[in-house]
Amino acid sequence: MSLDNYLYLSAILFTIGAVGVVVRRNAIVVFMCVELMLNAANLTLVTFSRINGTLDGQVIAFFTMVVAACEVVVGLAIIVTIYRSRRSASIDDASLLKR
Amino acid sequence: MITFVSPTLDYALLAPILIVLGGALIGVLIEAFAPRSARASSQLFITLATLALSLASLVRVRSGASTTAAMESVTFDGAGVLLQGSILLIAIISVFLLADLDNFTALAAALPGSDEERTSLQQDLKVTEVYPLTLFAVAGMLLFPVATDLVTLFVALEMLSLPLYLLAGLSRRRRLMSQESALKYFLLGAFSSAFFLMGIAYLYGYSAAVSFSGIHAAVIGGTGNDIYLLLGIAFLSVGLLFKVGAVPFHAWSPDVYQGAPTAVTAFMAAATKVAAFGAMLRIFYLSFAEAYWQWRPALIVIALITMVFGSLVAIAQRDVKRMLAYSSIAHAGFLLSGVIALNKSGLDASIFYLFAYGVATVGAFAIVTLVRDSAGEVTDLNRWSGLGKRSPWVATAFAGFLLAFAGIPLTSGFIGKFSIFSAAYESGSTAILITGVLSSAIAAFFYIRVIVLMFFKDPVEDGTSVVIPSVYTQITIAISAVVTFALGIYPTPLINFIQSTAQFLR
Repeated sequence: MSLDNYLYLSAILFTIGAVGVVVRRNAIVVFMCVELMLNAANLTLVTFSRINGTLDGQVIAFFTMVVAACEVVVGLAIIVTIYRSRRSASIDDASLLKR
Repeated sequence: MITFVSPTLDYALLAPILIVLGGALIGVLIEAFAPRSARASSQLFITLATLALSLASLVRVRSGASTTAAMESVTFDGAGVLLQGSILLIAIISVFLLADLDNFTALAAALPGSDEERTSLQQDLKVTEVYPLTLFAVAGMLLFPVATDLVTLFVALEMLSLPLYLLAGLSRRRRLMSQESALKYFLLGAFSSAFFLMGIAYLYGYSAAVSFSGIHAAVIGGTGNDIYLLLGIAFLSVGLLFKVGAVPFHAWSPDVYQGAPTAVTAFMAAATKVAAFGAMLRIFYLSFAEAYWQWRPALIVIALITMVFGSLVAIAQRDVKRMLAYSSIAHAGFLLSGVIALNKSGLDASIFYLFAYGVATVGAFAIVTLVRDSAGEVTDLNRWSGLGKRSPWVATAFAGFLLAFAGIPLTSGFIGKFSIFSAAYESGSTAILITGVLSSAIAAFFYIRVIVLMFFKDPVEDGTSVVIPSVYTQITIAISAVVTFALGIYPTPLINFIQSTAQFLR
């Protein structure tokens, strides 16, 4: 099977994630869509690592996982705080700053 | 068979960054073990000492020749050291502003309006976590403009962003708004860093290298698939343009500027811009310069839209923090013309502009923290009318910073704008020059409107007053004001210094 197919798959996953961020309204789901985008980028990196024959891409993928884990910590802390004070995780409800 | 090469780190060169990280870790330990009463003062001392020490070791690094460290993933050259120096100086004056912990919530985990919150306020608790978070962000900012490989660049981006997301949600008053701004900043920031990472993946696919020099070699060689290069530059730029707040990736900035505690806004607005533009200048000048026909037209369009949009929308703002946010968007547009210029004078002008703008921004937001009523800061511009009659000094200082933003002669903003537009003109972008000057004129309109409001309107009697600034805030305002005017009146030494020092190591 051609390695290009993995690139197509990751592009599709990335697009699904990006569309999800734009259309979904629950902060947790939006955040999961961002994670999907990061994983799509990881798949791209690993595929290119295979195509190029260097290990760098796989190393970056590990870094991405660590960074994504840190992002989860900070992100969930913020989302949980918002949920506790508003009883809702919808990003449409958080609109005090809109003018 | 791929052999494993053990990395060598040059700790002496990395010292400015490592010192800041070490200081942040000590701060975390203090949070865990020191008694509550001792925390605020010891944290402030350690933070300032760390930043000063880091600045001292940066001076030492500068005296050496330009070189790479940590297996070519970090480069110390003239431009990098100047950017790091600007970030550290801006961080130091911002820390004096952050030291006024009354602007932060007493207990971040307490529900707004709950008994828990009331008790914490009565007990006069302080969120001293602000200091270590700031230091972590500073460490990321120091790494961002000197990173010369894609992994380091990505890690630095996240290192500077994550603490800022948290800091944005720590306001003492209007806590729901503050938390909302943290949520927006976080979600949009994470969204843009996903694009950034995808850009890294495509650039790696294009060049089979992660270092900037490897990408540069691939661009010159032209062996890779150009689609990947194009996708890589586009996605990477989305992440960078988001951080600098350029249109159409600016949506977060007015909300975050307004909702975040003003001291945090000051630090974030000034230092993030220096770091992000530093990284942007480096990667575009070093890696993508030869492929400029691929990205320059798009970047010119973004710069033009950013300048005009920022200046026009700022006119309609009734909130001083939102007005400053849109003004910072317009400034991002002006600064982009330094990236587009792609020549030595563009680099010099950008570095000068970033430093001058950063210092004036911290000063302006420091003034915003002073205008208050019983419910906290007053950011409604209508209630600022007549401020010059009640508190002439504060109003004069604010007017000075606004004039610097507008680029009026005898302030640092004039020199910055003049040099950056002449660099853009030198590179042949007449459109940038014309639009830049016109939108500066539009921008001058709303800055001067605020000055007129402060000095020539009658004061409104609604409890708005200017509090006596604490010593720390006084230091912030005094340093920013002195630097802003000194650079406007006698900029030659700094300009000469930048011209002789600012170089990217290729």
